[in-house]
Amino acid sequence: MNQKSLIIGAMAALFVAFAGGAVWYKNAQQGAASNLPAETLAALDRAHAPSVGQADAPVTIVEFLDPACETCAQFYPLVKNIMGANPGRIRLVLRWAPFHTGSPDVVALLEAARKQDMFWPVLERLLATQPSWAINHTADFTLALMQIQDLELDRDQLLVDMRDPEVIARIRQDVADAQTLNVQATPEYFVNGKPMPSFGYEQLLQLVTEALEETSR
Amino acid sequence: MPANRGASAHRPTPGAGDNRAWTLVFIAWLIAASSTLGALFFGEVMKLPPCSLCWYQRIFMFPLALVLPFGLLPFDRKVVRSVLPLAGVGLALAAFHVLLVEGIIPERVAPCRQGVPCSETVAEWFGFVTIPLLSLMAFATIAVLLTVASFRSSK
Repeated sequence: MNQKSLIIGAMAALFVAFAGGAVWYKNAQQGAASNLPAETLAALDRAHAPSVGQADAPVTIVEFLDPACETCAQFYPLVKNIMGANPGRIRLVLRWAPFHTGSPDVVALLEAARKQDMFWPVLERLLATQPSWAINHTADFTLALMQIQDLELDRDQLLVDMRDPEVIARIRQDVADAQTLNVQATPEYFVNGKPMPSFGYEQLLQLVTEALEETSR
Repeated sequence: MPANRGASAHRPTPGAGDNRAWTLVFIAWLIAASSTLGALFFGEVMKLPPCSLCWYQRIFMFPLALVLPFGLLPFDRKVVRSVLPLAGVGLALAAFHVLLVEGIIPERVAPCRQGVPCSETVAEWFGFVTIPLLSLMAFATIAVLLTVASFRSSK
């Protein structure tokens, strides 16, 4: 009897410790995340990052994106919808978090396409055709290149620009900033500096709605 | 003590050796259960991605937490024989992992192909306590406790 209650008591104590620890950790994380210190916020919006929308838009969504990530491809049109519903009021800034194997090369390809003013068409094409070039969470550069064959691009120049020190430095900066901001999964969104409390479309929409309401007052 | 109550009356009365062995196995289970929950905390709450060696150590730790209680209620010293292989293999894996983190074994020998490199240190306390070291200590303590328990109860 003694032994039985000892075991049950220990099980209960361990369970309470685990659950309590989890709740405490989540709260501590959220508290820290919603009050990002100024020097951390500086890592959010870099001038070199590609962006779409008016520069003086009241709401800025910073998205950490991996072109090979399925959820990023899924969310891209949703973010576009949110922006379309609030014309002129939202700016989208894209930062790189190339977590998938092979992704860094595809990101370099996108940055090279930027030099030919073809960034958004190439990005949208790659996200739309993602299943054909990102198989089993691994980005295949050659297959990715095939998806953009019919776009008006100087292919040789693309391959040269991919190795451009500026392109490499930008990607390195993004990866470093992702680490500073504790971005561990993609896509990660920061709306006017605030991360989502937990991941999901509803959470993102709510964060954007709140930011729009705050700034319209 | 439940020695001479109803159902267990016809069973051999557990001796002092069995009682001490019970305590040792109970402590081993406490360590296994804490390690299991700790690993789940690192992985599911703190979202630290487990490397492949970590997964193998989990494979040998989690069953200990589940199986040992069945050997405790009622006490069955055969449980030691059943679970010692788990503790032994886990111990070997954890030792390998610690040597890898310390750089004594080069990474390319390790069974880590993609994802998190096993030699990477994702958490460290007091400057030397890492997750693989905790795993090594847990497996080693469990193995010692179970071994001692099996000698105690066979007396």
